[in-house]
Amino acid sequence: MNIMSEATVEKALDQKMSDANFKMVGKDVSVYYGEKRALFDVNLNVRKNTVTALIGPSGCGKSTFLRTLNRMNDTIEGCRVTGKITLDHSDVYDPSVDVVELRARVGMVFQKPNPFPKSIYENIAYGPRIHGLARNRDDLDAIVESSLKKAGLWNEVKDRLHEPGTGLSGGQQQRLCIARAIAVSPEVILMDEPCSALDPIATAKVEELIHELRANFTIVIVTHSMQQAARVSQRTAMFHLGNLVEENDTDKMFTNPDDQRTQDYIMGRFG
Amino acid sequence: MSSAAFTETVAKAGVDWHSDEMKARRKRRYAADRRLQIYGIVAISFALGFLAILIGSLTFSGHKAFTQTVATIEIDLSGAKVDPNNIKDADWRGIVRGALRAQMPGLSRREERKFFEMFTSSGQFLVRDAVLADPSRLNGVSRFAIPMADPIDQLAKGEISRDTPENQRRVNDQQIAMFDQLVEKGVISTPFNWGLFFNADSRFPELAGLAGAISGSFWSLLVCFIISFPIGIAAAIYLEEFAPKNKLTDLIEVNINNLAAVPSVVFGLLGLAVFLGWLGLPRSAPLVGGLVLALMTLPTLIIVTRVSLKSVPSSIREAALGVGASKHEMIFHHVLPLAIPAVMTGSIISLARALGETAPLLLIGMNAFITSPPDGVFAASTALPTQIYIWADSPERGFVARTSAAILVLLAFLVLMNGIAIYLRQRFERRW
Repeated sequence: MNIMSEATVEKALDQKMSDANFKMVGKDVSVYYGEKRALFDVNLNVRKNTVTALIGPSGCGKSTFLRTLNRMNDTIEGCRVTGKITLDHSDVYDPSVDVVELRARVGMVFQKPNPFPKSIYENIAYGPRIHGLARNRDDLDAIVESSLKKAGLWNEVKDRLHEPGTGLSGGQQQRLCIARAIAVSPEVILMDEPCSALDPIATAKVEELIHELRANFTIVIVTHSMQQAARVSQRTAMFHLGNLVEENDTDKMFTNPDDQRTQDYIMGRFG
Repeated sequence: MSSAAFTETVAKAGVDWHSDEMKARRKRRYAADRRLQIYGIVAISFALGFLAILIGSLTFSGHKAFTQTVATIEIDLSGAKVDPNNIKDADWRGIVRGALRAQMPGLSRREERKFFEMFTSSGQFLVRDAVLADPSRLNGVSRFAIPMADPIDQLAKGEISRDTPENQRRVNDQQIAMFDQLVEKGVISTPFNWGLFFNADSRFPELAGLAGAISGSFWSLLVCFIISFPIGIAAAIYLEEFAPKNKLTDLIEVNINNLAAVPSVVFGLLGLAVFLGWLGLPRSAPLVGGLVLALMTLPTLIIVTRVSLKSVPSSIREAALGVGASKHEMIFHHVLPLAIPAVMTGSIISLARALGETAPLLLIGMNAFITSPPDGVFAASTALPTQIYIWADSPERGFVARTSAAILVLLAFLVLMNGIAIYLRQRFERRW
């Protein structure tokens, strides 16, 4: 009973918080792949300048939800999204929305580092160039430098900016991809298991980076690692079988979750 | 559970890896490996063997076409009545005959006719053209190489045997005697036959060359490439990247795959009906040949391009879309550049196939007898494979060797093109 009441208090607090605190709001989001339903009426809000971790066993729909936020699911044949997702109160799935603009504002980092097979410089400069963010070469150089600095990669690559990005180590490649996402000045960065292909040292660097990025960006990260969720996020959402089980402060989630299934998953009883 | 139980029993009993049964089992497995290898080696040896037979027999019958028997004759043009301002209309026939007569004086009229027959009948034009090219030769004695006529060429190359009874060969005893005299005088030589590459077709084997066929093939392939490359890539991009997956696109896909298997003669008939019949384009023109070859190449090119687009990993597409690239930016900035080496390789291989294609060109009249190389895509012309067809059909002895030589030239071009394709693939293929 005590737990219930605490949850109610939390809910009330949530309501009280002005909507302005929510960068993105998902309401009754369902996703279908053809006939198969992958998400069931998910209500999940993403807070500004907060790292929100999405956890849950494989196939629970956490990546699917992440990809609805910047409409990456559009590229999948037969994928259908219902419900409402807003970015700063405007509907992401409104027909009038420009997907190119949306994806510039909601950047993405993928599971496997996927730098373009071009130079390090070109990897970063590509986004600003297509969006016309730099007026001249100097501007572009400045964007490349600051993006690489924010991604903590500048010192490692500043002398070989024109060498191929694919020649970097896995961890460096992933930070390059983060720098590439930062370069177009997004408001939200989505990360889909960004460390699953990295060794522990590279993972630590990326996690450190996520910490720093939080000051300027809103981050949503899908992760398989409980420890990682606990380390990098302030809010955690737990998915199971296409349902949102629980969303809470990370501290509470890992010490005293409201839902038994969360407890079981975190304790490693399933998943 | 059962597997755990199994492991347990095995662990208790232990596996005897050195038992006879185990040894025999491993032996069988290795034997299977070796058998597979041997099958492969046998198959490859078969293929290489047949290739060697093909090349060997072509070289055997064709190598003699790469040399040509010529007589090098000195002609004193300073004494001849040639108007330097009108070189073309001088009495070249008389001049050349006079020079030939000087080689073999004191022949009767009848003998003389037989003697002149030993040289190519176009000798006068060769000398005229040489002088036109270099008028300074008018001021004195200069040497001209005059090809021997085909029967003498065959005699020199040993294709016509001296042991054959006189009435069964195209060279009579007297001509053989005169030829031997010329050889003794050091007039006869057999240099490399550049004419094979730089002459156009001719009724006379000693003058026939592949220049017209090679440039006809070049123009046809150029038209074929210009038409099929952009259309093929555009169609492939649409089908692969934009087209919705529905019944209609399925139908289109099945049709493209079927078209790739349609016999080329059908495309020839189509070209005959559409390009010559309806559109009234010129007969025998490389333009029409190229258009027909383009129709034939397109399905293959579309399939190759689609496969190479498909092989670009989706992570690259997602990366581009993820930074806000639009679809066309994703395709033109990222997907196509990665796919293009494979596309180039595929199109060169399709072009190589088009180069060897004969049937459609026969139907649109590229097997005509044309004695000058085409100066563009509208001029009548032959192509390499149709030239081979024409020569293979010609009765003169000299064309037998020339047919084989032309096939060797065609094969050389094919090897060259496939070599370029392999080079491009090795050089530009990106791995990630």
